[in-house]
Amino acid sequence: MTADTLLILLYILVLAGFIGFELISKVPPTLHTPLLSATNAIAGITIVGALLSSGSLGWPTSKILGLTALFLATLNVVSGYVVTDRMLQMFKKKK
Amino acid sequence: MDNTLLIRTAYLIAAVLFIVGIKMLGKTPTARRGNTLSATAMLIAILATLLDTQILRFSEIFVTILVASAIGVYAARKVEMTSMPEMIALLNGFGGLASALVSTSEYWRMTQETGIGINTVIGISITLSILIGAVTFTGSMVAFSKLKGIMSGKAIVFSGQHYINLMLLIAAIVFSILLIINPSAQIWVISILTTALVLGVLAVIPIGGADMPVVIALLNSYTGIAAAATGFVLNNKALIITGAIVGTAGLILTQIMCKAMNRSLVNVVLGGFGQTTGSGDNGGEDIVVKEVGVEESAMLFDSVSSVIIVPGYGMAVAQAQHAVRELSELLEKRNISVKFAIHPVAGRMPGHMNVLLAEANIPYDKLIEMDHINDEFATTDIALIIGANDVVNPAAKTNSESPIFGMPVLNVENAQTVIVCKRSMNAGYAGIENELFGYPNCLMLFGDAKSSITAVINELKEM
Repeated sequence: MTADTLLILLYILVLAGFIGFELISKVPPTLHTPLLSATNAIAGITIVGALLSSGSLGWPTSKILGLTALFLATLNVVSGYVVTDRMLQMFKKKK
Repeated sequence: MDNTLLIRTAYLIAAVLFIVGIKMLGKTPTARRGNTLSATAMLIAILATLLDTQILRFSEIFVTILVASAIGVYAARKVEMTSMPEMIALLNGFGGLASALVSTSEYWRMTQETGIGINTVIGISITLSILIGAVTFTGSMVAFSKLKGIMSGKAIVFSGQHYINLMLLIAAIVFSILLIINPSAQIWVISILTTALVLGVLAVIPIGGADMPVVIALLNSYTGIAAAATGFVLNNKALIITGAIVGTAGLILTQIMCKAMNRSLVNVVLGGFGQTTGSGDNGGEDIVVKEVGVEESAMLFDSVSSVIIVPGYGMAVAQAQHAVRELSELLEKRNISVKFAIHPVAGRMPGHMNVLLAEANIPYDKLIEMDHINDEFATTDIALIIGANDVVNPAAKTNSESPIFGMPVLNVENAQTVIVCKRSMNAGYAGIENELFGYPNCLMLFGDAKSSITAVINELKEM
């Protein structure tokens, strides 16, 4: 990785961090649990990495590690989104 | 043609959808759509990745995704709302471990299988991702066990604990440096992974059950940071953006939780809270409480015009949320105003009470956060406390010796009458007596929250 690439990635990291800060600081306490479980599911984005590591031919160590990661990340993502949806559908206003 | 451009554009679209999705998650009316939008973003990112030329075989990938999705959907549909803290801790641990494994896998591919080798930047990213991911994994598993009751929720402390943790952290850093110096030696990767797994366990065992909201929020942040570090390993911007957002989101929630307990993050993380401050030193023996029966409570409710209900972890344990909803409906039918006062750290995760009461069909606009309701207690007839203790302890305001002194609490004692529904006189999580119970306007309704409330409902119905 060149210094240029690294710098670009660092720019992205810092700016995205600020976006996260802006997005979350105004969320009302009512939504803290769904927010936690939704961001938890979003952190399962590592599934993208797991896909890349598990696509090789044959069964080398890296592929087995990748598939294990894929399994865990899929659980994280799928369960996380479904559970969040279940919670959010319960939040109702007074009729 | 190479798919690179297409994949990168798809990642960009996914990133935008994630951001818009999280934004929508911040407002109750749009929250559900926000969640769906972010799930769509995830799907786009996954489909785009499948176009990558690095992926040569799909069959194992599809089988893995299919099996994991089936288990995931089943578990998510089946889990009880009261078990939500455990569920989140568990999933969080999986996410952390997944990041650590992806980095380990990349390390293996680059140094052992293809001989591409790794430079310093990749080396640092790999070690960070493994370290944080593995700590998150075992840390979350300990949090899960504590919440689930597999392990005692009490803080487990022993002498030299922090010293050992510090040594482990230093060891992990030394192994990381050794790995970067000599990337082809697998022993260092395995050493980092093992040390981090042990560190995760030791870091969370001294933290007690009631501090779990902070721990869960913090571990959530760690998974994000681990994912971002993995993004550096793979030079993948989708991972970096989303990882960074989740990382800061978790940190903000952690900070909110800490503030609500008037404690620093360091104080929570070092753990052992409430264990060292025995109960004897606050003159707990002096408290004389007045008991109240079910019938008498029902009579009290019958004659008032306003009630504020203060739920706590005890309500979750007793699964009393449906009985509480029934009570509130019954009271409202009698033109009694009913509101719920929610302390930010009531329960075992941020917003725990809100989810439970929502499950019981209580509209969310009846749940009022502490700062907005604290002045209302003075004009309220009855404050009904269900399974909450430390968050209503006036010692936080009056007794500078108290370990919870300075923590913002609900001003329940200002209500005309305070009814405390509680199993026994046992001290709360902080291990201190609650002087509220001895106040002249405080009545104790002993028993299991669910059966007590149900009994009160039955009495009320007969009146």
